[in-house]
Amino acid sequence: MTTALILGAALAFLCVVLVALPFLREPEPASDELDALTPERRQRLALAEERDRALAALKELEADHRAGRVNDEDYRASIGPLRREAAEALRALDGVAGKAEASATG
Amino acid sequence: MSELGRAALVVTLGLCVYAVVAGAYAAARRRRRLAHSARNALIAAFGSTLVAAAVLAAGFLRSDFSLTYVADHSNRSLSGLYKLSAFWGGQEGSLLLWLLILTGYSALAVWLNRNRTRDLVVWVTPVLAAVAVGFSFLLVVVASPFDTQVAPLDGAGLNPSLQNPYMMSHPPFLYLGYVGLAVPFAFAMGALLSGRTDERWIVATRRWTLVAWTALGIGQLLGAHWAYVEVGWGGYYAWDPVENAALMPFLAATAFLHSVMIQEKRGMLKVWNMVLVALAFCLSLFGTFLTRSGVVNSIHSFSQSDIGPWFLAFIVIAVAFSTVMIVWRLPLLRSKTRLESLVSREAVFLYNNLLLVALCLTILWGVAWPILSEAVRGSTVVVGRPYYDFFLRIFGLPLLLLMGVGPLIAWRRASLRGLGRTFLWPFAIAVATGFVLIGLGAGSSIPGLITYTFSAFVIAAIGLEFVRGTRARKALATGESWPGAFFSLIGRNRRRYGGYVVHFAIVLLAIGIAGSNAYDSVVEGKLAPGQSLAVSGYTVTFQRLTEQDTAHAAEVRAHLLVSRSGTDIGTLEAGKNSYKIAGPDPQVSSEVGIRTNYLTGEDLFVIPEQINDDGSVYFRIFVKPLVNLIWLGGLIFLLGSIIALWPDAREQRRLAVRYDEAGGTVRGT
Repeated sequence: MTTALILGAALAFLCVVLVALPFLREPEPASDELDALTPERRQRLALAEERDRALAALKELEADHRAGRVNDEDYRASIGPLRREAAEALRALDGVAGKAEASATG
Repeated sequence: MSELGRAALVVTLGLCVYAVVAGAYAAARRRRRLAHSARNALIAAFGSTLVAAAVLAAGFLRSDFSLTYVADHSNRSLSGLYKLSAFWGGQEGSLLLWLLILTGYSALAVWLNRNRTRDLVVWVTPVLAAVAVGFSFLLVVVASPFDTQVAPLDGAGLNPSLQNPYMMSHPPFLYLGYVGLAVPFAFAMGALLSGRTDERWIVATRRWTLVAWTALGIGQLLGAHWAYVEVGWGGYYAWDPVENAALMPFLAATAFLHSVMIQEKRGMLKVWNMVLVALAFCLSLFGTFLTRSGVVNSIHSFSQSDIGPWFLAFIVIAVAFSTVMIVWRLPLLRSKTRLESLVSREAVFLYNNLLLVALCLTILWGVAWPILSEAVRGSTVVVGRPYYDFFLRIFGLPLLLLMGVGPLIAWRRASLRGLGRTFLWPFAIAVATGFVLIGLGAGSSIPGLITYTFSAFVIAAIGLEFVRGTRARKALATGESWPGAFFSLIGRNRRRYGGYVVHFAIVLLAIGIAGSNAYDSVVEGKLAPGQSLAVSGYTVTFQRLTEQDTAHAAEVRAHLLVSRSGTDIGTLEAGKNSYKIAGPDPQVSSEVGIRTNYLTGEDLFVIPEQINDDGSVYFRIFVKPLVNLIWLGGLIFLLGSIIALWPDAREQRRLAVRYDEAGGTVRGT
């Protein structure tokens, strides 16, 4: 009984120390604020996802065509729109990056 | 040491409550140190739960019958490994195992993601902790495994049907699956709470979902094999409510694993994916509720208990919370792209999703109907096997076909002419297989014939995929050998080709199920020593009965001689065990005799239904063609899952570039 209680108290103490650890660390961090995704970074992320999706689709179409899963006719019908999509995504991402650079330099 | 176990669970509950409150506050107010503290609390909760579990395990190993739970589920004659598996032989231990796995998964998930996607992960901590609060509350307040009593001389023993190697591993695997679904659920809810509805939560949880899904699949197969060799009714799946309870989240998670690919490839179905991940998790809670509450009659409902209302409240909260979150974030979940054609791979994925969800909801309706009818009309109306078999055919056969169609169709759109070319060989092979099978007499079962024909189509489609891919890979990498090109193809597209291996496993499963159900033979009768029964080319001769008294049970065995076409091919033993455990009635289990033909996958399956005092035995004898393909399919399923799960460094680099370019380091974004 006593051993169990001592072990239980030791366990509770260890847990409290672990939970309190972020507040005990020295020196205190300069800022206690969590990183947040700004609206601009959020937009860049969305555009980066679109670009990756378009590029992956292009790569997959090439692979499917090479492997014979997609015939020449389907390949020709699909490659144009996919290239346009990829180009648009790249342009949009460059545009946002350019704006960010311009605002950073002043 | 019961006080230590109880104290450890109280500490777990306290830590989880803190992680919910502090974690949610920190996430809402963006407090870094408080968020880290909440994360540490969740990790510490795993440590304290581990202590509680160790105390209970030690109680079993030391036969400490002052613990009521140990005394109720174990006795001194139980062997060491079964003493350990008795841990989850009852309700309280099962709940503790749930909590142990949940806190373990949670600690690992928040620790591995501690420097990634911080704005999302800070919300994951309170969601996972909230689930853990539910279970730790039940263990502290409602169903403690550490209740004590004056120790009896011996325990009541473990249910004999649980004294089987498969039953040692079946529940832990199922729980690894059920509980594992909490992680993608928490990330999905974290994404909604934080407004991070981009692909990050999917990337972070892809492997967690696959691990949970694989564990759930393997757990069900282990349970099916246990039922086959131990329960002694001649089958492996009885549409038992608790079996269905494990199948439903598996189907929902299967739909999610497919539809999530459409979000990755096309940015579509964001709402649907959220719904599926919430459905899978809520169904896993429902499964635990069914097993543990005793509201349905099942061979798995080992105990009636009073945790039902608590669990029901838990499920209602989970459903309401998920619904509110999804509705709240609908504007963020709208996708810009649309389905371009009904003949495209994403369309096939969509059809697959609809069929999987329809099958899942049909099963849910069948499981819930007895509960609803009891509540509304006062009498229980049970939904029987024909209902489930009918819907399995209606939804399952098109699903099987789609597994072959999907790989052959391109993303976005495909022309009819292109389709004609790609479908030519698989279609021809399927038709030829169908005609050959009709010639061999397989037309006696139309569903069986359709299953085999569709299976041939899918196997041909998968084979063609591997051949085409390897050929293209070899053409690209000149000088590479054929085996080199083959393995390089799989290595570079692990998820895709791992998925095809899983599809192949499912086809084997379908063939095994069709063979053993649609084309099985059965004969039954009372035999005295020297008499025989003939079935499907086999002759089984009953030779003699023997009795043996072991430390655990009195064992009676019928010795049988098996011959085929007049040639002896071996002997079989089948009998009954009468277990020496406390209680008014002796617990008796059937020990079936199985003779496997490894070449054809066929089983000769002997059930000794009744052993009479005059030395005669009433036997039921089955011949089950191709049944072993089900277990082989399980191994291949595991292999395919491991291939799909294996980390892909190229993909990690691609994602790193994306998140770096998005304006932050990959670790922080």
